Amino acid sequence: MTEPQSIKPVKPVLTAGDATAFAGRDRARNQWLDVWAQFRTHKGAMFGLFFLTFITLFVTVGPLIWNVDPGKLDIRNKDVRPIYIALVYSDAKVNWANPMGTDNLGRDIMANIMQGGRISLAVGWTAMILAVFLGTLIGVLAGYFRRLDGLLMRFTDLVLSLPLLPLLLVMMLLFRDPLRAAFGPEQGIFILIVLGIGITSWMQTARIVRGDVMALKEREFVLAARSIGTPPHRMITRHLLPNVLSPIMVSATLGLATAIITESALSFLGLGFPSDFPTWGKILFDSVDRMTSFPERVVWPGLAISLTVLSVNFIGDGLRDALDPRIRGQ
Amino acid sequence: MLDETRKPLVSVRDLKMHFPIYAGLLRRRVGEVKAVDGVSFDVMEGETLCLVGESGCGKSTCGRAVLRLYDITSGQINIDGQEIGSAPQPKLRPMRPTMQMVFQDPQASLNPRMTVEAIIKEPLDEHTKLSEKEKRDKVGELMDAVGLNRKFAKRYPHAFSGGQRQRIGIARALALNPKFIVCDEPIAALDVSIQAQVVNLLEDLQDQFGLTYLFISHDLSMVRHIATRVAVMYLGKVVELAPREALYADPLHPYTKALLSAVPEPDPSLEGKVERIILKGDVPSPSNPPQGCNFCTRCPSVMDICKQVEPEYREVKPGRFTACHLYNDTADPTAGHEAQESTNKESLT
Repeated sequence: MTEPQSIKPVKPVLTAGDATAFAGRDRARNQWLDVWAQFRTHKGAMFGLFFLTFITLFVTVGPLIWNVDPGKLDIRNKDVRPIYIALVYSDAKVNWANPMGTDNLGRDIMANIMQGGRISLAVGWTAMILAVFLGTLIGVLAGYFRRLDGLLMRFTDLVLSLPLLPLLLVMMLLFRDPLRAAFGPEQGIFILIVLGIGITSWMQTARIVRGDVMALKEREFVLAARSIGTPPHRMITRHLLPNVLSPIMVSATLGLATAIITESALSFLGLGFPSDFPTWGKILFDSVDRMTSFPERVVWPGLAISLTVLSVNFIGDGLRDALDPRIRGQ
Repeated sequence: MLDETRKPLVSVRDLKMHFPIYAGLLRRRVGEVKAVDGVSFDVMEGETLCLVGESGCGKSTCGRAVLRLYDITSGQINIDGQEIGSAPQPKLRPMRPTMQMVFQDPQASLNPRMTVEAIIKEPLDEHTKLSEKEKRDKVGELMDAVGLNRKFAKRYPHAFSGGQRQRIGIARALALNPKFIVCDEPIAALDVSIQAQVVNLLEDLQDQFGLTYLFISHDLSMVRHIATRVAVMYLGKVVELAPREALYADPLHPYTKALLSAVPEPDPSLEGKVERIILKGDVPSPSNPPQGCNFCTRCPSVMDICKQVEPEYREVKPGRFTACHLYNDTADPTAGHEAQESTNKESLT
């Protein structure tokens, strides 16, 4: 029965719908163009995309143009205020060599924010991707294969019940030195932080995905696919994953935010990157002591973190809408 | 009435599908829902066997179990010469193209994230090695065959009406040139005008491609229109199986009589004469069926034996099967005679 046996085109018994409706217009256009068209109608998502592109270029291309070493100490030029302060207080200590000012050791703040952004974004994205991947994998397996469900979900509960910060602290203490020795101080800490955040934040995703997969599994189109003989792995990739995309997208955007903030918290506790290695979170926490005298040192990294998180949230929102054919059709 | 040269394409013997019930703190197995409990029937090549019964009697479960969408509790299912009752799921895969299914809810049976083309193409992707272009051509042909405009191929299911969606479902079922299609209440979710369209389409396709249907329905007038033979189910069991005309003219089993008396009579002058058999009580729980005959709690002509002994499902007249103690004394030699009578009666009416 598998050989192609052509079906004679017969006179349509009854033509459903209005056959003449779009007779002149060929609707066979690229799906991704439709997705992009829908995405563009979401103003927040477009703002998010614009800002994320800007901040990514700022931290990647920026250091090539603003060629200042972020770690270089210049005690004579310490505590320089940002250039715009001069507009309000004409006697403020400003200079054009440090447009965003310097910190209490004379390091250039703009260069630090660029360098810190690189690390923060890299940690955030990698940890988020790892967490979403783990969460989706475990959620789908638990939801689809009933035999694995009990085991995997109890494991999820187990990880969920561990206090996160103490666990991370123990991980840092235990593995910091071996990883440093193997990959170098920065690389080693990066791997450790990404792994630590990744494997402690997949549980929410796993639970949500499992619930959705279990609900989808009982729908008739999954039964229809089974009657066709679709094997489980293609059932998952073709029928289940596209339909659980929305919750995955939401937890991904939230996950990025959590990852950046957890990294900041770790840096604050002194267990993140080494002290001469800036990240947004660390710049923020280092400046908290003298926040009243130098508010800009808190405002800029704080703004960078929150706007990045906000724009990723908006992009996720827009993508979710754009990928759903029901919304796209309207 | 039956074409003797036809051989059964599908034969089901003593099919049982029991769903376990787990309860208590330890989730222990405390019983089972006997959704399908010992069903046997044959579907001849090219015929339409209708499976009727009230909701919850196990029609849909039976249809799905025949296609092995469930792992059945016991029984034999033979489709096109191959025994699939006990085969493990991976071994069934090469058999899938022979047997396909059309589902009840056209909204739920189509993946909302796939285009119509992708939906109809899925069986081709799974079972054939055609090139992309050949697949697209075949999808176009199928869309023509079920009366859908080819230009709609890139649209998503939400953009279609219920009747059109059901056509998409039918096109998907036809894609692999199956011999046997289980139609699980394909018209129940559609409004009446569309029901006629879809049923006519199914009949036309049956003529064109020589399909065999197991048609599950609760709509008795539609069954009368489409069926070759009718099987009546009650509480997980087939109580009567007979050719359509014979069943509608002279139902044997008391449940069939009650069921048929519920069909509205369109002629107002005859309406008063129709004697309604109103059944008392409710359908017993399929997890705890009564002793003896399943129907003994509601049967208008119940006897003592019904409450103790389960009636055997057997051929009481040629081509007519029933499971009822009322026909215990019908000896085989006279069966032919009575069948003669019933055909005479039919020709008179």
